[in-house]
Amino acid sequence: MKIHEYQAKRLMAQRGIAVPAGRVATTPDEAVAAVRPLIEAGGTPVVVVKSQIHAGGRGKGRFVEHGEVAGVNVVTDGLAGGPAAAEAKVRELAEKMLGSTLVTVQTGPEGKTVQRLYVEQGVRIARELYLSVVLDRATGRNLLMASTEGGTEIEEVAAETPEKILRETIDPAVGLADYQARRLALGLGLSGDAAKNGVAFMKALARFAAEMDTDLIEINPLVVTEEGGVMALDGKMGFDDNALFRHPDVAELRDESEEDPAELEASAYGLSFIKLEGSIGCLVNGAGLAMATMDTIKQVGGEPANFLDVGGGATTENVTAAFKIITRDPNVKGIFVNIFGGIMKCDTIAEGVVEAVKQVGLEVPLVVRLEGTNVELGKRIIDASGLDVVNASDMKDGAAKIVEAAR
Amino acid sequence: MSVLVGSDTRLLVQGLGSAGRFHTDKAIAYGTNVVAGVHPGKGGSSLRFEGETDHSGVPGRDDRYDVEVPMFETVREAVARTGANASVVYVPPFAAADAILEAADAGLELVVAITEGIPVQDMVIVKRALQCGGTRLIGPNCPGVITPHACKIGIMPGYIHEGGRIGVVSRSGTLTYEAVKQLSDVGLGQTTAIGIGGDPVNGTNFVDVLKLFAADESTEGVIMIGEIGGTAEEDAAAWIAEHLGKPVAGFIAGTTAPPGKRMGHAGAIVSGGLGTADAKIAALEGAGVVVASTPSDMGSAMVEAMRRASAA
Repeated sequence: MKIHEYQAKRLMAQRGIAVPAGRVATTPDEAVAAVRPLIEAGGTPVVVVKSQIHAGGRGKGRFVEHGEVAGVNVVTDGLAGGPAAAEAKVRELAEKMLGSTLVTVQTGPEGKTVQRLYVEQGVRIARELYLSVVLDRATGRNLLMASTEGGTEIEEVAAETPEKILRETIDPAVGLADYQARRLALGLGLSGDAAKNGVAFMKALARFAAEMDTDLIEINPLVVTEEGGVMALDGKMGFDDNALFRHPDVAELRDESEEDPAELEASAYGLSFIKLEGSIGCLVNGAGLAMATMDTIKQVGGEPANFLDVGGGATTENVTAAFKIITRDPNVKGIFVNIFGGIMKCDTIAEGVVEAVKQVGLEVPLVVRLEGTNVELGKRIIDASGLDVVNASDMKDGAAKIVEAAR
Repeated sequence: MSVLVGSDTRLLVQGLGSAGRFHTDKAIAYGTNVVAGVHPGKGGSSLRFEGETDHSGVPGRDDRYDVEVPMFETVREAVARTGANASVVYVPPFAAADAILEAADAGLELVVAITEGIPVQDMVIVKRALQCGGTRLIGPNCPGVITPHACKIGIMPGYIHEGGRIGVVSRSGTLTYEAVKQLSDVGLGQTTAIGIGGDPVNGTNFVDVLKLFAADESTEGVIMIGEIGGTAEEDAAAWIAEHLGKPVAGFIAGTTAPPGKRMGHAGAIVSGGLGTADAKIAALEGAGVVVASTPSDMGSAMVEAMRRASAA
């Protein structure tokens, strides 16, 4: 589960991780009201107005409705004109940004509607660094990565100057040890107060990742201020969905408007569903088989419309819901049901499909391949239903038949 | 013979809720020797399993089975009283890591964790803890381990398996079933089929299993089924090229998976350009593995790998 930057910063601040002060705003008035307190507390008349969406690249992103406005704006009008000038500029920006559509490299061409802004204190930046905590699958441990190349995409740094990425693997029995944090601080060229603050920051961040069950924390940039402070200027955070049960405060931060409605509905039925761009709908049991079904469709000349794993414990009702979600997609020109029953019984799938067709009809070709537990029973249910179904002998045969039928 | 499990396996079941009971019944029907159950609050009682024997399993049994499985409060007590030497975990995700640690503490050699949805950070701790002892963990989020006609631990359909010559190792449940059925259909059969699970942190990886199959005389060839995410397949390819003197076939799922999206399995995600299917396929082919182009071709890929090995 992803959260917004302002939410991530609030969580970090609660756990002693340094972030600039800021306030969230959903209206221009709220944005303007944030300006004066931030200027008075911060000692600088500069504020930053940041769009809150679940996608990166906001600084370089532009609004569809206002091509001249970026997703993140540094407001310096206060330097010459005082707080009143800063407020006027923030109002002008907020009126354009709120409710408008921001397109970044990560949103796709359709962009995302900005419903919230984060108004943040300006910071006197001496250096921009990079810091992240990710799972290192090779060791099965969290990994702290740091780089002097703040503000740049880490993939770019990894490709061009891999020697600039510093890594420390975190032993879960120990946490990030002092010597590891000092080694990183040294590698980043920090000294004096900045080194001390950097060590504290990194240790707190490593602890945060382990205790809060994040699957990714990326601080880009991590800034060193002219005063020797070390703080998170941005904060991207994802959480392990399987651990949300022990973090109700985090679970509450879910913003469903940022998620695909079909994927949300599917998850309510215990289905794992991902919308894709093609025309062949897939209903499969098992994640590996579902992926392989997409691959096979592509290989025989089609394009999958979705990934859908009904799981092992699906009921007829779940299968019916899955079928409905697939048929609702107007791009779908054919449906391939591919089942290898293990725990999942073929008759349950058959009943679910028949029930769904009874409820919503069937306007596209349907190919069914059943194998495994209760396969004969499943086939009998499909045959007896009188549905116009093409049977497939195996997965490749089924993929070829549905791609052909959907042409 | 086989690896990890066989006719000498004495199985303990942790977590006998509805799923645990259902699959324990199927395992007993197959002929697995289930000697104990552990379920908090049920210690001192017993569970009775009876029904029609699954004759695709252990041969030479009556047509019906009727087994009384004693229940215990703790794994340590269950092991002391029954001599269990392997455990299967059906405990719900929030308590599953603890169940694995308890099994390791009791000295069990093998723990097979079926549970899907264990928090990753729990598995980080479990993996660290298991490095200190002699317990092998298979899974979590896996179908289990089966040696045909001897011992079935987990949730796979038993009847598709045939005793034979090929070791099977896979990150995916249903794709394992595809491979197993095709190996049975082409007459190669299986020595042991092992699901290592779809989570990003698991107890046993491809290389660990390849080492077991390399040392097992009855395993003449190996089929490995991977998917996007991580670099376990690349590591396996390097090990195969260097050490494994047996024919290998493979399949990698997720060629069409979009980057940054988790494809059902928690571990199936391409992130930061790492873990793509294309890179894995290239690594395996570079190591001499015959990679099937679709899952329907896994059986014939294994036949081809065996043919090349005997021609060489």
